[in-house]
Amino acid sequence: MLGFSEYVRLEADLPCIKPHTAKARKTMSNLPAPSRWIVALGVAALICASAPVGFGEPAVPALSPTNMFAPASSQAQSILEVSNFVLIITACIFAVVFSLLAYAVLKFRTRRASPGQEPAQVYGSSQLELAWTVVPVLIVGVLFLATARVIADMQQPPTTHDAIEVTVIGHQFWWEFRYPGRQVVTANELHIPVSDPAHPTPTFLTLLSVDTDHSFWVPRLGGKTDLIPNHPNSMSIDPHETGLFLGQCAQYCGTQHAKMLLRVYVQTRPEFDRWIEEQSRPAQVSGTVSEGQRIFERTACMNCHAVAGTPADGRFGPDLTHLMSRDTIASGAARNTSESLRAWIEDPGVLKPGSKMPAMGLSDSELNAVTRYLETLH
Amino acid sequence: MSTESMTLPMSDAAPRPLVERLHEWVTTVDHKRLGILYILYALVFLMVSGVEATIMRIQLIRPNNHFVSPQVFNRMFTMHGTTMIFFVAMTVLLGFANYLVPLMIGARDMAYPRLNAFSFWITAFAGLLLYFSFIGGDGLYGAGNAPDVGWFAYAPLTSLTFSRGHSTDFWIVSLLLSGFGSVGTAINIIATVLCMRCRGMTLGKMPLFAWLNLTMAGLLILAVSPLTAAQVMLLIDRYLGGHFFDTQAGGSAVIWMHFFWIFGHPEVYVLVIPAFAFASEIIPVFSRKAIFGYPVMVAATVCIGFISMSVWAHHMFTVGMGPAGNTFFVLSTMAIAVPTGIKIFNWLATIWGGEIHFETPMLFCLAFLFQFLIAGLTGVMLSVAPFDWQLSASYFVVAHFHYVIVGGILFTLFGAFYYWFPKMSGRMYNEKLGKVHFWLFLIGFHLTFDFMHIPGMLGMPRRIYTYEPGRGWDIWNLIVTVGVFFQAAGVLVFAGNLLWSCFRGRLAGNDPWNAWTLEWSTASPPPAYNFAVLPEVKSRRPLWDLKHPEDPDWHYE
Amino acid sequence: MSASTVTIPEDAIRWELPSRGRVAMYGLISAESAIFTIFVVAYLFYMGKSLTGPRPEDVLHAPVLLSICLLSSSLTIQFAVAALSTGKVRAFSLWWLLTIVLGVVFLGGTAREWRHLIYGEGLTLQRNLFGTTYYSLVGLHAFHVTVGLLALSAVSLFTFRGQVSQQHAERVEVLSMYWHFVDVVWVVVFTVVYVVGR
Repeated sequence: MLGFSEYVRLEADLPCIKPHTAKARKTMSNLPAPSRWIVALGVAALICASAPVGFGEPAVPALSPTNMFAPASSQAQSILEVSNFVLIITACIFAVVFSLLAYAVLKFRTRRASPGQEPAQVYGSSQLELAWTVVPVLIVGVLFLATARVIADMQQPPTTHDAIEVTVIGHQFWWEFRYPGRQVVTANELHIPVSDPAHPTPTFLTLLSVDTDHSFWVPRLGGKTDLIPNHPNSMSIDPHETGLFLGQCAQYCGTQHAKMLLRVYVQTRPEFDRWIEEQSRPAQVSGTVSEGQRIFERTACMNCHAVAGTPADGRFGPDLTHLMSRDTIASGAARNTSESLRAWIEDPGVLKPGSKMPAMGLSDSELNAVTRYLETLH
Repeated sequence: MSTESMTLPMSDAAPRPLVERLHEWVTTVDHKRLGILYILYALVFLMVSGVEATIMRIQLIRPNNHFVSPQVFNRMFTMHGTTMIFFVAMTVLLGFANYLVPLMIGARDMAYPRLNAFSFWITAFAGLLLYFSFIGGDGLYGAGNAPDVGWFAYAPLTSLTFSRGHSTDFWIVSLLLSGFGSVGTAINIIATVLCMRCRGMTLGKMPLFAWLNLTMAGLLILAVSPLTAAQVMLLIDRYLGGHFFDTQAGGSAVIWMHFFWIFGHPEVYVLVIPAFAFASEIIPVFSRKAIFGYPVMVAATVCIGFISMSVWAHHMFTVGMGPAGNTFFVLSTMAIAVPTGIKIFNWLATIWGGEIHFETPMLFCLAFLFQFLIAGLTGVMLSVAPFDWQLSASYFVVAHFHYVIVGGILFTLFGAFYYWFPKMSGRMYNEKLGKVHFWLFLIGFHLTFDFMHIPGMLGMPRRIYTYEPGRGWDIWNLIVTVGVFFQAAGVLVFAGNLLWSCFRGRLAGNDPWNAWTLEWSTASPPPAYNFAVLPEVKSRRPLWDLKHPEDPDWHYE
Repeated sequence: MSASTVTIPEDAIRWELPSRGRVAMYGLISAESAIFTIFVVAYLFYMGKSLTGPRPEDVLHAPVLLSICLLSSSLTIQFAVAALSTGKVRAFSLWWLLTIVLGVVFLGGTAREWRHLIYGEGLTLQRNLFGTTYYSLVGLHAFHVTVGLLALSAVSLFTFRGQVSQQHAERVEVLSMYWHFVDVVWVVVFTVVYVVGR
């Protein structure tokens, strides 16, 4: 194998090239290097700031409720572990190469003394080039094997029949949730039971879409999986903590993609069972709001919306049977209060321009009546 | 070997009328003029698309902002992406290739000058067609305007059901036409490089710029054609009642993704390989050393070209491919990091032991080295599919690809502008202003794109016109937006500098940089015929051989 | 006797590069092949996935005669090119015309087949996935045959005006490469649609 020296023209042979003379270090005035240090420090700080407090321990989500570095489920935890692994490897590669580059830029800057003389011309070196091929190949090998194992683990079919089954159906621009075994249909706010790592009770989601592509992403509970029409997907979540977890649609689906928000309520098993039981009851219809119900059913609302136990059985829009059990309306875009509900019905285009729900042109009294009716749907 | 060009005697005193000069430009088939037309066209669209980006960033500067409506915002990100890829990056890179490849290989023009002109004009028309959509996009339902389906236009959002009016059609047809233009130029480049090299210039003695543009052209042909096919299919769906992507009829939305990304991924290598070409010409000259490892640089680039055709579904890790599919694409994506890394090491070795001169072209290329390193590493992160299940379609990806395109490609492009401006215009630019541009742009770039990674890791998806407060994204979005203004300032300084220097810069002469490839042997700007006598070469650096006759390269190659 | 070196004069070292017509045509063929590949992939992917309507096995009959015509035209164009390269312009003209005739027969036969499929079997582009992919793929090929025939006719026209001679042999050969490509594509399309797909 040809060695380094074969490729280098020895300086002694060449009369016109003088060896570099040692010179006192010049000031940094002609160097762009400072910015590179700032960049390096910045990126390092970035990586450190994002890293979790300790491996295997979820960081307190002080930064954000949707922080992928604060896992609350075993899926999110697995992802975090392999992510940390690759972050460390890339940080090391960065440190090494950055240092070499910075060193080269500093050390080999022009000394003013020798214009018209060129440095030694080096055309290549087989050994060096082999080395910096083999080492990256090894790194890639290690990284690939680690990744392949995690993929195989995470994408195997679920093995437990204690799983809660939910069908998630993506719409422009809201989420439909059906619990097939339990006769529950709801929208936008998903309730699932917490899962004990010792005896897992995961939730198994089947992901469908009626119109365009969507994507289910709740970072603290796992990675995202797309909802694609005519292409059912599935994912499994087993959350380790109770609480509210936020997310949103992560595949551009049209005008109001930005406000197709997700709220996942992880509850203890008794709470979850109670919620299921309440949600599977039909609506309690009260006599005193029959005016609002009449408007609801005559002004085409029932063509899109369903209220179990009444003639309204539209499927195009969210099921409203238990509307008042939800904290938000319009797929998380507004809180579920009297004012916002009334404003929403009056003109959805104010809060969510491009939403598929039309303004029905109701008068003030009609609006009041309908809002009062909806407020009885607990 | 004579490498001087002859100066034609000045013709009569009166300057020709403007109409005649414009007519010359419009009917030109000279590769240099077409190259300049491409470059100027790209600069105009760079400004336009930059405004679109600025509008988006102002809208996102704080949560629940109302600077523009969601409809306008969605058009902005669609047009920004489409414009930047097809009418800024492709055009400017093909423009530089057009200008430089014949000069560097010692030819008088491209292989097919008229095809060259046709390609430019059809591309130019296509860009104008795309922007005409702002006025002409209204269709039957008045539901049109500029396209708003995203630059990758996923089905079934692009079906007539979900995209009424003609906005999507403008996207389809303009890209179809510009596709024909770029394939024409690619064929031209390949024919030129393979068939018109000057005597003695074997393939192993071509400048790396020629090799890399050859690779880029081959890749372009294989990459753009799938997009052409997919767009024809989409047109058939929209207008002939076809069902290629009609999920209601059993069609598949996923197959659009496959077809698009079979184009989309090699496309980004089509964009980055010429950037590598710029770096491979500039870095040696300003380090006063030959490029380190020429054969391996060529081999690595060709490898990158091949492997890039096999990685496309890393854009689809969240789509529900099974573990086998995901794992394969993880492997191929990681594999492509190897030849790319090799190139970085070769550039490092070129600088090593050299004498670095920090003129503006080199400043931009040095920044490119650091930034491309980071961009490549965030790419490696994204190649880890489980990590990508979190980061896909988030601002982390937006940060990654802007790091490559702006931090990698645009920086070397600025370097190329400054480096070859003297050759193209005959005048030197103002070096101080060049450095001002560099620093402004560097600061702006890092403010915007370093910090953009963070909201991605904190759960912020892309293509959202607004976001909720309380997600921890606010401060980062603010910083990102602030950086935009530094970049804009830098670009304005750049444009002003070039414009002023065109008329008032000091004369550059043939070879202001003491460089080594053939374009520096002829006048600045070169005469229409490029060389008085076609050169004959013996090594990769013919001008080094001339300047160092006692120690020419061909003793060592 | 001492050895003496022989200097080879520079001009004697031949500097030959490939012909640009050939290289450019290979480039065009590569691009077109990539486009056809995508349509073939779509056809294969959607095989058997139509929700309704006529299936390939019900309505497709392999157009063997037409294929023989088209593939023979590759032979006749080869003869034509060979004739022109030796200066036999009349022979070239006849073989070239025969190529065009065979191509036109192919197109006519395809049109007849389609008329039967549309009116007799109810298979249109909108009918189902099979209809969409079939007409698109075969139609794309027919479009390329048509463009080829236009180019071949232009050459025929120039020949009748006496403007084509032996010096144009290379250009005519480059054009014949395109025609061969169209034939190879037909072999692929035939196999995928009429053999594999049924």
